[in-house]
Amino acid sequence: MSAAAVPSPVKMKLAVRDLEVFYGPKRGLAPVTIDLPEKNVTALIGPSGCGKSTFLRSLNRMNELIASCRVRGDVRLDGEPIYGPGIDPVVVRRRIGMVFQRSNPFPKSIFENVAYGLRIGGINDRSEIAGRVERALGQAALWEEVKERLQDNALGLSGGQQQRLCIARALAVEPEVLLMDEPASALDPIATTHIEELIDELSKDYTVVIVTHNMQQAARVSDWTAFFYMGELVEFDRTNNIFTKPSKSKTEDYITGRFG
Amino acid sequence: MALREHTNREYEGELRKLRDQLLRMGAKVEEIISGSIKALLERDSELATRMIAFDRRINQMEVDIDELCLSILARRQPVASDLRFITMALKLVTDLERIGDLGVNMSERVIELNEEPPLKPYVDLPNMANEVQGMLREALDAFVASDPERAQAVITRDINIDAYYSQIFRELLTYMMEDAHNIFRATRLQSIAKYLERIGDHATNVAEMVVFMVKGKDIRHTGKLEGETVRG
Repeated sequence: MSAAAVPSPVKMKLAVRDLEVFYGPKRGLAPVTIDLPEKNVTALIGPSGCGKSTFLRSLNRMNELIASCRVRGDVRLDGEPIYGPGIDPVVVRRRIGMVFQRSNPFPKSIFENVAYGLRIGGINDRSEIAGRVERALGQAALWEEVKERLQDNALGLSGGQQQRLCIARALAVEPEVLLMDEPASALDPIATTHIEELIDELSKDYTVVIVTHNMQQAARVSDWTAFFYMGELVEFDRTNNIFTKPSKSKTEDYITGRFG
Repeated sequence: MALREHTNREYEGELRKLRDQLLRMGAKVEEIISGSIKALLERDSELATRMIAFDRRINQMEVDIDELCLSILARRQPVASDLRFITMALKLVTDLERIGDLGVNMSERVIELNEEPPLKPYVDLPNMANEVQGMLREALDAFVASDPERAQAVITRDINIDAYYSQIFRELLTYMMEDAHNIFRATRLQSIAKYLERIGDHATNVAEMVVFMVKGKDIRHTGKLEGETVRG
């Protein structure tokens, strides 16, 4: 797969070169070469098992938490190799945050959930923590709903609020890239709309990469779409092109529902 | 488009139904045009009257197809080639319906002409009618076959129609200048030539839509497929 052409005015945030992922002897992802544009939303679509989540997780070294997983190739964040020797994956994950499908707040207060990453990052100044918690909750469009009850248990929030809390938690450590693995698939349509609006808002400041099974959602929220199939990147293009005139017939078959 | 079938068979069925309805409407429109031309050449006012009544069925088909398109858009959120097909269908019916209306106009003029003796033997008009019918048939066949090259050939032919129209117009002018009594019939014949010319334009629109549907490339106002020079 050759590098997909992206018009020059867009700055590239993540440069991926020949990225391959293996689970034991089995290859989960064939070499992927792709440039992800800064402060844009890139959607990863494809059927289950196509490699899109594997690809997403390899962008912040989450795959290393799986024992049998091996990664080959190169991923650069602003030109710095994230798999380079001596690079601490924890530092990588601070710069490239992640939000998961199921909201997973800690059984602590709303405030502590967002402050958690700051505290383990070594920030102890109370007023700084308070300021960053408020800013993160604001960015996640949750502040107005929770500002009166920051000390309440986070598990008392609705599903949509919990997911936005997880986004706030990811934002609190001020990452540059936000990876989202089906962030709205467990939410109702209204909560989904909130998350989609939020993604749009976040893309002004962050580079967002989102895995979604909902193709209409990919069409709504993303600027760029990458289609994966059977562990390969098939096509990467502007979302508009993918959903009106994709260049590969495999993409066409998948997004129009002519598969299987 | 050698597309595979949809996994969802009900959706597949809806798209097939839309395609069938478009084809049926196209066939009806062809019928009204060939009937109106026959009525002109054979001075058959009764046939012309039947063609005028026929138009109501075409109008109903337009309404039905619009409804089906809206329902597919609302329920299936089509994308890519399906999206292009449905948006094209919505425009195609408008062109087809207009062609039907022009057929009605032709038949109306035919009935008026048949009140009087023939002005002259027709030479260019039957040829022009033939050419227009051929374009319409080819445009609809290109749609059935999803064949952009065939559609492109229709677009190229429009130039012949324009040539016929100016030829007929010039000839009728001389008749009108010769004798004022010819004006009633000559203006009616001129209208018919104009209707045929407009039908040619609509057939060209249909052909352009076929190119867009298959290739995803908008060739309106340029008249070109990639890398080809067709017009001027």
